[in-house]
Amino acid sequence: MPSLKDLKTRISSVKSTQKITKAKQMVAAAKLRRAEERATEARPYTERMEAVLANLSASAKGDANAPRLLAGTGKDETHLLIVATADKGLCGGFNSSIVRLAREEIVRLQGEGKKVKLICVGRKGYDQLKRLYEELVVWRTNFLEVRQIGFAQAQEIAEQVLSRFDDEEFDVATLFYGKFKNVVSQVPTPQQIIPAVAPEGIEPPDLKGAVYDYEPDEQEILRALLPRYVAVQVFRALLENVASEQAASMTAMDNATRNAGEMIESLTLQYNRARQAQITKELIEIISGAEAL
Amino acid sequence: MADKLHFSLVSPERELMSAETDQVDIPGVEGWIGVLPNHAPMMTTLAPGMVRVVTGGEEKRIFVRGGFAEISPAGLTVLAEEAMPAEELDADAIAQRIKDAEEDVADADTDDKKLAAQQSLDRLKDLQAAL
Repeated sequence: MPSLKDLKTRISSVKSTQKITKAKQMVAAAKLRRAEERATEARPYTERMEAVLANLSASAKGDANAPRLLAGTGKDETHLLIVATADKGLCGGFNSSIVRLAREEIVRLQGEGKKVKLICVGRKGYDQLKRLYEELVVWRTNFLEVRQIGFAQAQEIAEQVLSRFDDEEFDVATLFYGKFKNVVSQVPTPQQIIPAVAPEGIEPPDLKGAVYDYEPDEQEILRALLPRYVAVQVFRALLENVASEQAASMTAMDNATRNAGEMIESLTLQYNRARQAQITKELIEIISGAEAL
Repeated sequence: MADKLHFSLVSPERELMSAETDQVDIPGVEGWIGVLPNHAPMMTTLAPGMVRVVTGGEEKRIFVRGGFAEISPAGLTVLAEEAMPAEELDADAIAQRIKDAEEDVADADTDDKKLAAQQSLDRLKDLQAAL
């Protein structure tokens, strides 16, 4: 049976933990709102780009001269997995679930006798993956020093990926990130970025019988567009990741705050009981002392 | 009232401009393109340069550094990698970009890349002279 003093210390310690988790939850809520705004602002560019690409790739399909970024290398021997996670913890299972998905994929690919290479974006993913797959990691980065993720960061990653593709270091690149569905649900998602998968379900604009003029020509445009498309996809994944991380963090901190509340309640009850018992004991002592006289 | 051309300028991070305009001039890689309402559909890559937007006699100039333009019946869309209003552009900013472009030319390992880099360098130098 813990003493009254022990209980008191424990209650106050849980209380201060609760204050921290509560503050963290509110910070995450504010950051989530900003992250969602940024994801919305970035949408027009992505949508237009997808529309243009859908248009172009439809006509380039089956063409023997199609750019390699679209047609692929013709093999799928070496896979590059880009695992994008957060830099910080305190966000529930967010990082682990992305890593788990990536790890299952690694096991599956290696089981099929394929080679796997890794790029780790974000510190947490690297920390978890390095235990088993240190030697597979070809490059890693994190954004601890970056206040707000911008297109420049996405471009840096895209450049790393593209230059490795040019050097024929891999055949297929897949990006793993936490897709932001809503505040309570973030789905770890794999997305193939090389060879580029043309977006589907986009209606070409009604040209009223006219045909597109291309300057310089279709192939040239496609060649210039595809590397950018890779960067855009990475950028979108990064933005979604930020939103998902904050949402996961908010939920996790909300749970922690509630849990701390319950703990305080039960500890307070225990404390009161103990105090009551002590008073009763003292009274009995006094009364029995008085009776003995 | 004559037809208007819907012009939108988007960068990866956000939509910078969306407006009904009379005429927009864009710096295509193969030369300047003046876009009026009801222009035939076309698609082009852009060189660094000024986009000139004319609305009711008023003119607005925006610097863009590479990207794409798509003209469809719905209007003109410019997907710019980097864009800023001409007023915010100064000699230093241009000089910095020229330096970057010179490095690109030096780094280019294939003729195609070299040509493309040289072209954007030339455009930037024109711009610097015009400033």
